[in-house]
Amino acid sequence: MAKMRMNQAISAALADEMRADPDVVMFGEDVAVAGGPFKTSDGLLAEFGPSRVRDTPISEMGFLGAAVGAASTGLRPVVEIMFIEFLGVALDQLATEAAKFHYLSGGKLTVPLTVRASTGAGLGFGTQHSQTLEGWLIGTPGLKVAVASGPQTGYGLLRAAIQDDNPVVVLEPRVRYSTRAEVNVGDDAVIPLGVAARVADGNDVTIVGLGGTVLTALDAAGRAQGWSADVIDLQTVYPWDRATVLESVQRTGRVVTVEENPFGGGWGTDITSVVGAELFGRLAAPPLRITAPDVPVPYGKHLEARYVPDAEYVTAQIDHLVSHGELPPHWWDDGEVGQ
Amino acid sequence: MTSEAIARREQVRTDRVARYERMVEIRALEDRVQELFAEGLVHGTTHTAQGQEAVAVGVAAAARATDSVTCTYRGHGVALALGLTPLDVIGEIMGRTVGSIGGVGGSMHLCEPAVGLLPTFAIVGAGIPVAAGAALTAQVRGTDTAAVAVFGDGSSNIGAFHEGLNLAAIWSLPVVFVCENNQYGEYSRINLTTPITDLADRATSYGMPSQIVDGQDPDAVHAATEKALDHARAGSGPTLLEMKTYRYAGHSRADTAPYRPEGEFEDWYDNRDPINGFRARLEAEGTLTPEQVDAIGHEVAARIEAAVTDAEASPRAGIETMFANIVAPATEGT
Ligand SMILES: Cc1ncc(C[n+]2csc(CCOP(=O)(O)OP(=O)(O)O)c2C)c(N)n1
Ligand SMILES: [Mg+2]
Repeated sequence: MAKMRMNQAISAALADEMRADPDVVMFGEDVAVAGGPFKTSDGLLAEFGPSRVRDTPISEMGFLGAAVGAASTGLRPVVEIMFIEFLGVALDQLATEAAKFHYLSGGKLTVPLTVRASTGAGLGFGTQHSQTLEGWLIGTPGLKVAVASGPQTGYGLLRAAIQDDNPVVVLEPRVRYSTRAEVNVGDDAVIPLGVAARVADGNDVTIVGLGGTVLTALDAAGRAQGWSADVIDLQTVYPWDRATVLESVQRTGRVVTVEENPFGGGWGTDITSVVGAELFGRLAAPPLRITAPDVPVPYGKHLEARYVPDAEYVTAQIDHLVSHGELPPHWWDDGEVGQ
Repeated sequence: MTSEAIARREQVRTDRVARYERMVEIRALEDRVQELFAEGLVHGTTHTAQGQEAVAVGVAAAARATDSVTCTYRGHGVALALGLTPLDVIGEIMGRTVGSIGGVGGSMHLCEPAVGLLPTFAIVGAGIPVAAGAALTAQVRGTDTAAVAVFGDGSSNIGAFHEGLNLAAIWSLPVVFVCENNQYGEYSRINLTTPITDLADRATSYGMPSQIVDGQDPDAVHAATEKALDHARAGSGPTLLEMKTYRYAGHSRADTAPYRPEGEFEDWYDNRDPINGFRARLEAEGTLTPEQVDAIGHEVAARIEAAVTDAEASPRAGIETMFANIVAPATEGT
């Protein structure tokens, strides 16, 4: 156990995997000499040297493609995409090449590639540097997508990703890099991919969070009056853990997803459609998705704070769901905004 | 404000003293913006361009208001040079409705189509092919407008640079690619990421002319850009201009640039400062007097302070702005 910020937990996970396996290499923009723009690879160059820890030019397509080639011929590369938006210029290599190699080699090749990227709003970086964008990735068979919610999952999911023989994306909510907590390190702390964690127990509602919204969901559950909630940290969003979610909703009768993304196309559609279909007739209320509105991420503290669902709003939405048995309106439906 | 931007645009196009003044304004605004962030009055991040004023002003002097310009997140200087007012820029950075796009964009997102400025790009390289596309409009419509892409040295390593230049070359598009080689991409010195010293050499692969330009000299930037624009308007295709320049500040707000070799900044600042150099030349020519220099300094300082005061007095972008301008309204009859 050691107290660490999430960025330090990520550095620790990288170091542990690099110590365990000389085939693990890492590269990205300013990750080596500077230790990463978010200090997520601090000290790695000094410990592992310039052959295994490399700075790259601003060439995401080039270095992600190189990682695909290296991964399919023996190395286990970890690449950093500083902001998830920059994956846009390299998406082919991940979604259309890396994710298909095992299939297109008749199972002869594996691509043990890890892509890390920072995501999300909250730091005032503006429209082109604040999205979550897991929606670009989910629904791509061959790819796994995990999202860290804090230091412990930042450590455990990353180690699992590096050990996995498939391309895995680990998304890291930028606002959490500075979150400090006690972190278990070591092999026991590896968090298997595809498995969700129940992080709070209750009776009346199952709240599913992902990445940055897990803390929001926990906060919201802590404020609850008249109801209590199971809170599930989804951890891996593709493929996601149906068993854990369905088991919980079977008991509580209500499911709520808390998402940082816009309403349209969010990961919660997948969860709520499966829950709604599987538990049809056994739910006490319709599945509820709490999301951001269908707008680009705005700049300005107060706008950004409004964009991302906060705990107070989540609690109020669930209050309505529990007491009325029907969906509450979204905050942007109130008629004062929207046109 | 659009009308003011158009007037300010014209000043820089026609008057060298106005170009000097605009460079002083850019420096003062960038210094003030850094203070605003340091004081915690603005959240998020910012990328300032002290040291690169001559590139912005020289390009703006050469391009017409009808030409399209793309530039980057390090765009306050280019925006001011093109005519945006200090209030347009500071208001945007402070998230106020008086800002360039109403305060929803922040430091990295400025725009003013009336003076040719397309939305500034926060994704490295993205503006390069977009400028080629603006040039395509001119070519297809047969107008004599052109386009300019302003981007950094680090951006010449991304695919968009190579694809954009190649496309512009084979289609002979009227576009000028202006690379601000300030020696650094983020925290990495150019020699660590790029195997050549002169990025102008990259033009050879795309069969287009290129020129290395002293990016600290606004007259040189103006002359080279004008020549390239004439070439483009004549239907002879694109040019790559490499402006040798230097970024005085760190990459962004939080960066103190510890990676710079000792003495490098001082050397550029003491010996190649674009504002000092241009002032000395204008004074030697008799175009500018020391009294005028003082007066300009005071006027500019007052203008920047007024912009900060006016921005602070302007309302913050309201919640309703989150829902505005997401999709264009349907045109009549569709
Ligand atoms: C596709 C992409 N990758 C990485 C970044 C992060 N980033 C922003 S600016 C920058 C450095 C750009 O250097 P250069 O092109 O030389 O421009 P300068 O900042 O020096 O003006 C980097 C790596 C980005 N915005 N977009
Ligand atoms: Mg640069």
